[in-house]
Amino acid sequence: MAQTLSASLLLAVPMAPLVGAIIAGLFGRQVGRRGAHTVAILGVAIAFAISSWVLYAVAVDGARFNGTIYEWMRVGDLKMEIGFLVDGLTAMMMVVVTFVSLMVHVYTIGYMADDPGYQRFFSYISLFTFSMLMLVMSNNFLQLFFGWEAVGLVSYLLIGFWYTRPTAIFANLKAFLVNRVGDFGFILGIGLIVTFAGTLDYAETFARGSELAQLPFPGLDWRLITVICICLFIGAMGKSAQFPLHVWLPDSMEGPTPISALIHAATMVTAGIFMVARMSPLFELSDTALSVVLVIGAITALFMGFLGIIQNDIKRVVAYSTLSQLGYMTVALGASAYSVAVFHLMTHAFFKALLFLAAGSVIIGMHHDQDIRNMGGLRKYMPITWITALLGSLALIGTPFFSGFYSKDSIIEAVHASQLAGAGFAYFAVVAGVFVTAFYSFRMYFLVFHGPERFRDKPFPPPAHDDHAHAGAGDPHGSAHESHAEPDAHAADAHAPTPHESPAVVTLPLVLLAIPSVVIGFLTIGPMLFGDFFRDSIVADVQRHPAMEELARAYHGPLAMVTHSLGTPVLWLAVAGVALAWFFYLVRPAIPAALLHRLSWLHRLLDNKYYADWFNENVLARGARALGNGLWKRGDVGLIDGILIDGSARGITAISAVTRHFQSGYLYWYALVMIVGVIGLMTWQLWPFLGAPFGQ
Amino acid sequence: MSLGPVTLGHFLSVGAILFALSVIGIFLNRKNLIVLLMAIELMLLAVNLNFVAFSYYLGDMAGQVFVFFILTVAAAESAIGLAILVVLFRSRSTIAVDELDTLKG
Repeated sequence: MAQTLSASLLLAVPMAPLVGAIIAGLFGRQVGRRGAHTVAILGVAIAFAISSWVLYAVAVDGARFNGTIYEWMRVGDLKMEIGFLVDGLTAMMMVVVTFVSLMVHVYTIGYMADDPGYQRFFSYISLFTFSMLMLVMSNNFLQLFFGWEAVGLVSYLLIGFWYTRPTAIFANLKAFLVNRVGDFGFILGIGLIVTFAGTLDYAETFARGSELAQLPFPGLDWRLITVICICLFIGAMGKSAQFPLHVWLPDSMEGPTPISALIHAATMVTAGIFMVARMSPLFELSDTALSVVLVIGAITALFMGFLGIIQNDIKRVVAYSTLSQLGYMTVALGASAYSVAVFHLMTHAFFKALLFLAAGSVIIGMHHDQDIRNMGGLRKYMPITWITALLGSLALIGTPFFSGFYSKDSIIEAVHASQLAGAGFAYFAVVAGVFVTAFYSFRMYFLVFHGPERFRDKPFPPPAHDDHAHAGAGDPHGSAHESHAEPDAHAADAHAPTPHESPAVVTLPLVLLAIPSVVIGFLTIGPMLFGDFFRDSIVADVQRHPAMEELARAYHGPLAMVTHSLGTPVLWLAVAGVALAWFFYLVRPAIPAALLHRLSWLHRLLDNKYYADWFNENVLARGARALGNGLWKRGDVGLIDGILIDGSARGITAISAVTRHFQSGYLYWYALVMIVGVIGLMTWQLWPFLGAPFGQ
Repeated sequence: MSLGPVTLGHFLSVGAILFALSVIGIFLNRKNLIVLLMAIELMLLAVNLNFVAFSYYLGDMAGQVFVFFILTVAAAESAIGLAILVVLFRSRSTIAVDELDTLKG
């Protein structure tokens, strides 16, 4: 605790992008396009500068901050406040978020140049930066939840940015609904914490962790801490797109590419990973919850990788790769190697943002055709994109000295050292995943940048609805855009199909992201994993979960790690994956086609994404609709309206239809009834006495 | 056939017959409201007969006092009943029981 940070300085970090978002969003018309991007970039740049300074202060001087900025309200003993907790974990996340966001802001100038929603887009991504910073800087669950929902909202808005496209609207609704499932678990977890720990503050909750660990879940045979952790992890599954709540992420690629890079690859989807790492003092207390995390992560890491192999949309390949890498991070969390997960989160943020932006650059170059079967040989035309995409892919598959190598290798080693239930399966999944990752990454790379130039004749013309003509026919800007409402118009134009390198605002972020993608792992593995950078933010129980200890014992510097890896199968699996991709897609392109034919059932299974969407739509959604219909028709209309309300009215009508016949209106009839009644009454009353006179 | 002394049973039998006749008169009468009133009077007479018979055989004068009261009240009641009947006839121009069914539900 060398020094504390200034609260107002920290407050400036999220506020700067918020101001940018407000100006760009509400006064977009007044400030114009130039003004909107200037103010938004300025806001994020300020946030990035302060974040870097904070990281420096945290890493070098050991500065910390944990305090309340503003007390929102107080309910009994429960305080709801806005506060910041800044330590190694937060500082690193702040820098990653603001850096990637800054790069994406710059890139957007080029990518969205002709879009009519230019100011709106800048407003959204600045708002996203604000929300994400609130999420990572929070020191309590309430603000975490606020940030959590706010990033979800912005994600929804941005996936549906081109709101005239039905597919985009479908995708953003789907993302929103699937995230609701996760958030439901998340808020249940927070509710349990509030109920049993009585506080929303992180530090106070963690201080009561061992107390919570003793409690049983009321009324059941479970441990409370396990239930809390699994509820929180369900939230993380929604946000970080873990199986089976992964279905929204591939569809979210309907949004513009810059936000795919920023939100759906680098930052927002890693919020779940960040949250679990932040909650490490709680997760450490429950082996069951860690096993769940481990197995879910392993399933996601391996099986989502398979899906990447057969995708033909350049963005979707990267999206499935993101899913798979998120699975890797989750596996690391499950193995109690939280710092490794966060380390991978950081390296992944750089190289995956790079890959997405490179994909976006390719999409610009290809005039918004996203089908990789229509590409090929682009390296001649787009040299900067080519080099940076190659670097990104190499980092992704874990080439030695690249950032991905250090983080991914550490994950595999950590899983190897884990002794939890499910660790064996997880180890197999992550090792097999290396091969799969290498294969699909380089399949895409070879198809896009090498091989014959297929973009002239376009063997797979893009379907009209997949087109990038965002604003629709009614919009003057949209039709003025150098794109593509009608692919035929392009074929006629001999000049148009040739790809071209993107402008500097697009390539500059690529270069700036490529640098950390290459070197960040080499530089930071020591302090982040084995130093005390995360000293007081991440807690691991060394006795029971020795993964990090094992890792530290085997670690002799980043260079030794490379030499060590030469003798492990992991590196050679990656090499094999690349070699196979090269052989299949450059040397013998007939083989994959033949395999496709031969293994059509497998292809069908993968093409339908393991029927997860089918299951969701036909079983869950239809089941819910059937249940709703049943309750509506039988329960509401039938039982409540039909039997209770209409039924009682009908019953009275029926009874009175019978009884009204007694009211004949004839006097003699009333008299008869009266007499009969009197006789009946008298008989009833006198019955005991009637026997006496005659009986004796 | 020997006629024994007139006993309480005989008086009660006559009373019961009178009462039954008047009840039947009420039920069977479809035509005339006046017959109805007469039947009610007959019912009261049957009751009076019972009173007198019990009073005589039990040696208690209270029963006969009651009969006077009942006769007085019955006379008043008949007067009111006939007055209502006249009003009814003026408004409906009939006193046939069958046609007086405005209470029908």
